[in-house]
Amino acid sequence: MAWQWFHRLGSPRWFYEKTSPWLPWLTVISIALIVTAAVWGLAFAPADYKQGNSYRIIYIHVPAAFLALAGYYIMAISGAVGLIWKMKLPFMVMKSAAPIGAILTFISLVTGSIWGKPTWGTWWEWDARITSMLILFFLYLGMIALQQAYQHRDTADKSSAVLALVGMVNIPIIYKSVDWWNTLHQPATIKFTSKSTIDPSMLYPLLIMVIGFYCFYALVLLLYTRVEILRRENRTQWVNDLIANNK
Amino acid sequence: MADQSATTSVLSGFLASIRRDLLVAARHKAELTNPLVFFLIAVTLIPLGVSPEKSVLVLLAPGIVWVMALLATLLSLDGLFRSDYEDGSLEQMLISPQSLYFTVMAKILVHWLVSGLPVTLMAPVLGLMLHLPGDGFLPLLTSLALGTASMSLIGAVGAALTVSLRKGGLLLSLIVMPLYIPVLIFGASAVQSAIQGGAIGMQLAVLGAFLALAIVLAPIAALGALKISSNG
Repeated sequence: MAWQWFHRLGSPRWFYEKTSPWLPWLTVISIALIVTAAVWGLAFAPADYKQGNSYRIIYIHVPAAFLALAGYYIMAISGAVGLIWKMKLPFMVMKSAAPIGAILTFISLVTGSIWGKPTWGTWWEWDARITSMLILFFLYLGMIALQQAYQHRDTADKSSAVLALVGMVNIPIIYKSVDWWNTLHQPATIKFTSKSTIDPSMLYPLLIMVIGFYCFYALVLLLYTRVEILRRENRTQWVNDLIANNK
Repeated sequence: MADQSATTSVLSGFLASIRRDLLVAARHKAELTNPLVFFLIAVTLIPLGVSPEKSVLVLLAPGIVWVMALLATLLSLDGLFRSDYEDGSLEQMLISPQSLYFTVMAKILVHWLVSGLPVTLMAPVLGLMLHLPGDGFLPLLTSLALGTASMSLIGAVGAALTVSLRKGGLLLSLIVMPLYIPVLIFGASAVQSAIQGGAIGMQLAVLGAFLALAIVLAPIAALGALKISSNG
């Protein structure tokens, strides 16, 4: 009984129909959170004593970087679920997660670069964090390239799931190796186990922004996946009915 | 008794695969020498393109040799499963009762023997041309020996994923290169640190750890990828 929802996840139609009512909620929640955090963070949070106003890009940079990493794990885990339980839906989630993750990684690289110019005096530095994000970006690009290379959808799904899993093993290794190699980036300021080194007046909007980004990520991932469902199931009756009813 | 005969057959199958692949490699001499020639030419380009000054080359030597060794390995990867896939012997291997793990392992081992090992052995010559200081040679050899083996293993996964694509070569490099970065970092830094008179135990230990991890995981992933590629 408890596993019923899991078995149902194998059905794209069930997923499509069940997630429809979530979309407006997710939209409202993520817009509310992101707007609140943006106004609070950009207008009301105090300026940093060392970095002045330039630190405010943190409100985009950090959430994007968080989700760029988390997105890879979401992609790899759904790939693994698809391989193990031979379900259709996880592969669609995996395929949708790749471009979103790549875009988020790109955003965090660009905002980091914009932030780096006034604070470190350089657009680009071969620092551990930056370099590992760049490699993460390459991993995403490899995933997208591999997915597009196959004619056969089934082979594309399974192959890219294997690549995602291999990449998942490598991410901590890459992260650690570049960490030991060279470093300039400031250490993590938000700590969950001890006191954060960031002031609460700056931290709260950041946390709200992170939650808002998570909701936004969920929304975008759902939308991408729903499109993928329609594309792949376009020969089934329910999709044809859906299209006929919408006209 | 049954156990013993099973072990013997795994071992003899493993040895038979190695013998076969070595024989195949020996009959395609151009494929053996091409990565080495590439290695030589690519390294030659650096003094021509950057600077032939000794002071500059000393600084760059460990990195150049390592990056070029990586590229040479990458170049030979595409052929790892390709000919077996095209003539159908790969499918025969996949349906044979032999332990597939060891069949794949044998192929990777042979790939290292005919590409990684020659590249490693040739590296000191190129080090000489790039004015690599004397302290760097032994670390260069050891780090390349460990590193190229890891690269053959990791690369085998990429080769298995792209084997069914007609033009898989470029895609193969695209997906495998990011995974090579840790090996490159620790390999080049071992040589760098040896030149500066530092200890290299940590770097070599990490390279060894990569190799151990790759030996355990990479053949499994490559095997899974081969099964997927040959079905589609």
